[in-house]
Amino acid sequence: MIGADDTDAAGVPAEGEVLGVEGVSVALGGREILDRVTFSLAAGEFTGLIGANGAGKTTLIRVILGLQAPSAGTVRINGRNRGRWNRAIGYVPQKVQLDPDLPMRARDLVGLGLDGHRFGMPVPSAKRKALVDEMLAAVDAHDFADARVGTLSGGEQQRVLIAHALISRPRLLLLDEPLANLDLRSGQEIIALLHRIAVEHRIAVLLSAHEMNALLPVMDRVVYLADGRAAAGTTEQVIRTEVLSDLYGHHVEVLRLGGRILVVAGDADPGAGHHDHGPVRRAG
Amino acid sequence: MHWLFEPGFFSSQPVHTAFVIGTVAAIASGVVGVFTVLRGQSFAGHALTDVSTAGGSASFLLGISPLLGFVGFGLVGAGTIDAIGTQRVKGRDLATGIVLGAATGVAALLLYYDTIDSATTGATQTILFGSIFEIDPSTIPIVIAFCVIAIGIIAFLYRPLLLASTSNELAAARGIPVRLISLGFMAALAVAVGLSSLAIGAILSTTLLIGPAATALRLTNRTGLALITAAAIGVLVTWLGVLLAYDSYYWGSSQIAYPVSFFIVILTILAYLASGLPVLRNLTTRREQRRVL
Repeated sequence: MIGADDTDAAGVPAEGEVLGVEGVSVALGGREILDRVTFSLAAGEFTGLIGANGAGKTTLIRVILGLQAPSAGTVRINGRNRGRWNRAIGYVPQKVQLDPDLPMRARDLVGLGLDGHRFGMPVPSAKRKALVDEMLAAVDAHDFADARVGTLSGGEQQRVLIAHALISRPRLLLLDEPLANLDLRSGQEIIALLHRIAVEHRIAVLLSAHEMNALLPVMDRVVYLADGRAAAGTTEQVIRTEVLSDLYGHHVEVLRLGGRILVVAGDADPGAGHHDHGPVRRAG
Repeated sequence: MHWLFEPGFFSSQPVHTAFVIGTVAAIASGVVGVFTVLRGQSFAGHALTDVSTAGGSASFLLGISPLLGFVGFGLVGAGTIDAIGTQRVKGRDLATGIVLGAATGVAALLLYYDTIDSATTGATQTILFGSIFEIDPSTIPIVIAFCVIAIGIIAFLYRPLLLASTSNELAAARGIPVRLISLGFMAALAVAVGLSSLAIGAILSTTLLIGPAATALRLTNRTGLALITAAAIGVLVTWLGVLLAYDSYYWGSSQIAYPVSFFIVILTILAYLASGLPVLRNLTTRREQRRVL
C-alpha cells in the first residue's frame, strides 16, 4: 500500500466504518488494474475517488459493488465481507443513457430503486408514493417528477438517479463520474446536494472524478488512484508532492494556486530534451 | 348498419375464429412489443419472424398446426440469438443477423418442398402472409394458452425487465440477473411473434409487434398505460382489418376479398402516423411541459 504518512488513517477498521477496502488487487488479461488498494470510509463522510481515465476508478467501484471479483484482498461493508448484492450500497453508474422514448416518469424510476429487483408488477400504495415523494424532495426533483425521464437535462437525470439510489436507504452511495457531461453549474449543484445528503442522511458518499478542484470545498477525504495504486487520507495528507510522486513512481509537482490544486509532471528528467513539459497529469 | 357490416358477417364461423385469434395475437404482440421497442430489439423481433417462417413451413411438411412450428422454431431462434449475442448492441445485431440468415435459408428450402408437396403456392401464401379466415377453430385454446404464457412472462419479469431495459448497468448493480431476464424476455418475444405469424403471416408479424407499441410510446409516459394502449391499438386495427377484408368481397364487382393482413398493416401504419400529429402529441405531452422556455 502506497499511502499517506498517516498509517492509522487507512486500512484499520474504524468506529463507524461503512466501507473497508483492504489490499484489493485486480488483474485482467495479465494487466494489473488495481494494486493492493486500501482505504476505508465512515458514515457522513464525503470522499472523492480521484484519478485519470484508466487509473482504475470504475474497476474499483465494480469491485465494491460485487460486479468484479478481486484477485486479492477483501471488501467489507458495515464490517462484513460483501455478498453478491448488498442493499447497503446505492449506485449511480457512469453515463446512463435514458431513452427519450422510454414511457417512464422520473418518479417511476425512483420507485424502481425501491423494488426494481422484485418480480411481478408494482403495487401502488400510499406508503410507496410517500417514500418516492420524500426522495424526490431530497434531491429537489419535485418540479419534474412527472416528466418523461429521458427528456430531462443531464443534471436533472443525475438527481433522479441519485434519488433512485437513495430510496433503498443505503449506508454507502457510490457515484461513477457523475460530473462528466454536466455543465459547471449543474455539477456544483450536484456536489452541494451530495454533501448535504452525506451529512443529513449520515451516509458515506464515494464519488469518482478525474478532476478534484470542484470537490475541494466539500471533500472530507480523498482516495487518489494512479496506475492502479491508491493513496488515501485528507486532501492535505494525500495531495502532496512526496505522496503523489511516490504513487506515480516518478516526480510530480503539486501546485496550489488560489485555492486550486494542480498536479503536474515534474522536471525529474531534464536531460530528456522533450519540447514540451511532459504530460499534465491533472490539470485543474 | 348494412353499409358497414356486409351480410353474414356476424354468423360466419371463420369470422368468429378470426376475431378470437386476431384479438389474442394483438394483445400478446402489443404487450411484448412495447418492451421490444424499449430494448431496441425490433431487429431481433424481425429475425424471429424469419425463424417462424422456417418453423411454419416445417409444420406444413409434418402436417401439424403451423402455430407449433412458429413458436417452436421461434423459441430455438430466440435462445440462439441470446446465446450468441452479448449485451452490447452491436454484438446483439450480429447474432440476430446470423440467425436471420440461417433461418431464411432453411425457410427457402422448406417452402420449396411445401410447394412441391401440395402442388400449390397456398402454403407459402399462408405462412408468409397469413390466412386468418382459414384457421381451424380447434387452434383457439392453444392460441389462448400461448398468449397467457407470453403475458405471464412479461408480468412476472415486469420490474427487473423494466429496470434492465432502462439501464442494464442499474439493473446489474442491484443484483438483477440481466442475462436470465433477457433470455426470459426473448422467450416471450418468440411466443408473441409466433402468435402474430399465425394471425397475419410470418413476414408481416413484425407490424403487429412494433407498430402498435411504437404508437403507444408516443401517446403516454406511463409504462403500464403504454402496454394497455399498445394492446388496444393492436386489437382495434385487427378488428377493423377483419371487418374491411370481409366487406371488401362485396366491393365493386370483382368478388375478390382483399387479404386481412393487408388491411391490418395499412391501419397500423396509419395509426402510427396519426400518433405523430401535433394535436395528439400536445394532448399527451402537455403535462410534461413544465418548463417555460
